[in-house]
Amino acid sequence: MKPQTLFEKVWNAHVVAQDEGAPAVLYIDAHLVHEVTSPQAFAMLRERGLPVRRPDRTFATMDHAIPTRDVDITLWPSDAATQVRTLRENCQDFGVTLFDIDGPVQGIVHVVGPEMGITQPGMTIVCGDSHTSTHGAFGALAFGIGTSEVGHVLATQCLLQSKPKTFAINVEGELGPGVTAKDIILAVIAKNGAAGGAGHVFEYRGSAIRSLSMANRMTICNMSIEGGARAGMIAPDETTFAYLKGRPHAPQGADWERALARWRSLASDEGATFDRQLTLNADQLQPMVTYGTNPGQGVPVTGRIPSVDELEDPAERRSLLSALDYMGLRQGQAVAGQPVDIVFIGSCTNSRIEDLRAAAAIVQGRRVAGEVWALVVPGSKAVKAQAEREGLDRIFREAGFEWRGAGCSMCLAMNDDKAGAGKYVASTSNRNFQGRQGPGARSLLMSPIMAAAAAVHGRVVDVREML
Amino acid sequence: MQPFTSLTATAVPLRAENVDTDQIIPARYLTAVTRAGMGDGLFAAWRYASDGAPDPEFVLNQAQHAGAEILVAGRNFGSGSSREHAVWALTEYGFRAVIAPAFADIFYNNSLKNGLLPVALPEEQVAMLWDLVDEQPDTVIVIDLAAQTVTLPDGQQVGFAIDPYRKTCLLDGLDDLGYLLSKGPQIAAYEQQAG
Ligand code: SF4
Repeated sequence: MKPQTLFEKVWNAHVVAQDEGAPAVLYIDAHLVHEVTSPQAFAMLRERGLPVRRPDRTFATMDHAIPTRDVDITLWPSDAATQVRTLRENCQDFGVTLFDIDGPVQGIVHVVGPEMGITQPGMTIVCGDSHTSTHGAFGALAFGIGTSEVGHVLATQCLLQSKPKTFAINVEGELGPGVTAKDIILAVIAKNGAAGGAGHVFEYRGSAIRSLSMANRMTICNMSIEGGARAGMIAPDETTFAYLKGRPHAPQGADWERALARWRSLASDEGATFDRQLTLNADQLQPMVTYGTNPGQGVPVTGRIPSVDELEDPAERRSLLSALDYMGLRQGQAVAGQPVDIVFIGSCTNSRIEDLRAAAAIVQGRRVAGEVWALVVPGSKAVKAQAEREGLDRIFREAGFEWRGAGCSMCLAMNDDKAGAGKYVASTSNRNFQGRQGPGARSLLMSPIMAAAAAVHGRVVDVREML
Repeated sequence: MQPFTSLTATAVPLRAENVDTDQIIPARYLTAVTRAGMGDGLFAAWRYASDGAPDPEFVLNQAQHAGAEILVAGRNFGSGSSREHAVWALTEYGFRAVIAPAFADIFYNNSLKNGLLPVALPEEQVAMLWDLVDEQPDTVIVIDLAAQTVTLPDGQQVGFAIDPYRKTCLLDGLDDLGYLLSKGPQIAAYEQQAG
């Protein structure tokens, strides 16, 4: 048989039907739902009198619009409260498991799914959220869908999908001290462009990827969408299995052994070919910082913002000028030394326990600089509780950080965690779009340790000087 | 879904690349539980001045482009979030087609599911349309889906590509759900065999 890629194996195993001239009918193993992109889909089911086909494969979280301060829901802005109430009603009426804000399990959908063991190798996973790509870290084919498609999956557990192409991202070698998974993915996007992955599914491969923890793999797969790809995948291995074992939804006993045998066969075959390839040397990577308004506009912390003369393409030039105009930055400016007003450590990219540990190690025994507003928003209640057991909350608080409840928070500024107009935010999230973190806010994306270093110095610094 | 067969309309030039869905509709407008009302949030950060009044600098607010049903934008249009609200905002505002050199995947799919036609044209054609529409805002453009062509008043015509299945769905106003529901027996068989 022709050698197959990881993606092809998972895709082929989920094609329910494929009519001539039509996209494939693809079966979905797990469907994650959140409060912002689901109400209209449930409303469609009600209108058409349809049930949820597989409530046992559907899981709902509340994360996007909810406050991360400890406040009574009756004091919330009415629209966020309405979304929460609507999701509760929908889950109850359609028999869907809900990880409610007042329950023991709660947090950002892409943190909670893996934590609960819902995310497993070889699965197809969708959610009305583009960062569903995160789950690809387990060797799942996971991608974001729109609300119409949320409705299709609720009703039929299937989607009509055209087969994407494959794109191998090879990262070989070893990361230097202070260089992280976030820097790998920011470097990939800087090199390949914010639209470079369009129509493709990334597979991250190579020795640098294999040596990463699951949290770090999730950081990389998370930002596949920022590289223009629908999904990003990493072949499951012993690291993956060790993470999953014993999680609430992971297979148990004899089922676990059977699952392991299946999961071990998922890696891309020797000799499998990809439609495109890109290779990066991990040894040469440095901590990255974005300076613009799309995630491809990033440079090493030792680098400078490009000037238009260096760019050939008129569209790239226009993009750079409009980004710098919005960001209040100059062509040729060094990124190190840029003052920051706010530091946000959180989001589905970098809010797991490993991220918080790494940031806390930089912050320990130091103080947040002068006027900087710094906050840590753990990805889930479980992450928060674990951090508190380890005393990380104390380290952050003593340094002058705010310690919040779990949620999306300033990643998208739907709740009251908003950066003010013109403010510079050193952020561990994934999007530096205009206004993403608050109207007029200016985002500088970086790793958790780089953000922690920026908090301490009140400006962008090379964290390697603090190690 | 509203069928899309052909469109004869004026266009508005949005000279920007990487217009992401946070730009098309900022997150603070996503708090509704219905589809209605999204049009107000369309391009909110660009459209409204800080006092909430329309910003006369922004191209959508300029009288000569009032009533345009075609948006002409730069490459990588609709990148970012999967929010279908971006498409609902565009359609509620009155757009029926977006022309750009390239679209982000999820936005492209979402558009097709709402009768908003995404037309990918080469970079030079888009730049030419920008100049043309800037100079003559009343230029009437004809988009014919069946023929897969965009025609200008001087007879100039460019073709565009679209998946044949998606094309049929748009022409007939069919959504995916009916098709998927018709696969019920195959889905059940798959579930049985996959366990
Ligand atoms: S943390 Fe940010 S990117 Fe992740 S799901 Fe929430 S809003 Fe989306």
